[in-house]
Amino acid sequence: MTIANVLTVALLVIGCFFFLTGTIGLVRFPDFYARMHATGKSDTLAVFCCLLALAIHHGLALDSFKLLLIAVFVYVANPTGTHAICRAAFRAGVKPWTRKTNK
Amino acid sequence: MDPNREPRPESVAGGLREDRRRRPMHIVIAFALLMPFWLLLSGHYDTFHISLGVFCCLLVSRGSADLLFGHIGLENKHVVAGRYLTYIPWHFWQIVLSNIHVAKLVLSPRPPINPRIISFPTKLTNDLALVTFANSITLTPGTITLDLINGIFHVHAIDDAVADDLLGGEMENRIDRIFLRREHREE
Repeated sequence: MTIANVLTVALLVIGCFFFLTGTIGLVRFPDFYARMHATGKSDTLAVFCCLLALAIHHGLALDSFKLLLIAVFVYVANPTGTHAICRAAFRAGVKPWTRKTNK
Repeated sequence: MDPNREPRPESVAGGLREDRRRRPMHIVIAFALLMPFWLLLSGHYDTFHISLGVFCCLLVSRGSADLLFGHIGLENKHVVAGRYLTYIPWHFWQIVLSNIHVAKLVLSPRPPINPRIISFPTKLTNDLALVTFANSITLTPGTITLDLINGIFHVHAIDDAVADDLLGGEMENRIDRIFLRREHREE
């Protein structure tokens, strides 16, 4: 039981850490695309860690299976959503921020 | 580069849309797949909930049977499925690595980022391979697939390291290998 608890806590901490970095990145990064990098994808790993932690905590049951299923769907849906938003911006002509090296 | 002037995108590999005919057999198979899934997830086994499930599954299988059983243009699906399973752990590890990389960027006092759009042609031709590659790029933190126009990927990369990683082509080669395209390699 203790091993499961340790794993649960460790995974939750890791998950929250990546949520935190994603959110800080959302505030700190300079433009639209860079912000999508920070939020769109760190969240996938963070959600996966958190859900896995909850599933381990719950033990072998139907609800754990459902939790892992959510993780799989997020794994597929999150990049698709990120891509859709970025593609819309790309088509709309949003210029990416770049370092002013050739100026 | 002016994104507004790009031509309207077209599917690189056609062929997915051709034999999409709704066949009764496909609806039945889709229903047979969906119904156990409903029962598994719902957990309520009274008449009301099960009839709800039957109704929903019928609706969904009628609407999406032709999506599930489209022709994907692959000869030996079992081999491809097997290789696909070996790709997922490697890709997951890449996600972890690059998440750590982006976390470092975020937490450094002056983020050494150098965002830019890179465009490169791809050697993948199969629709499923292209979708896998595009989604893999997006899922790997630091790179987002912006668009795929006539076989050219437009990818937004957040710094040089992730851009070089992508242009190194390891991911593309692995996906290429999944879909049995080894003999058509150009180099």
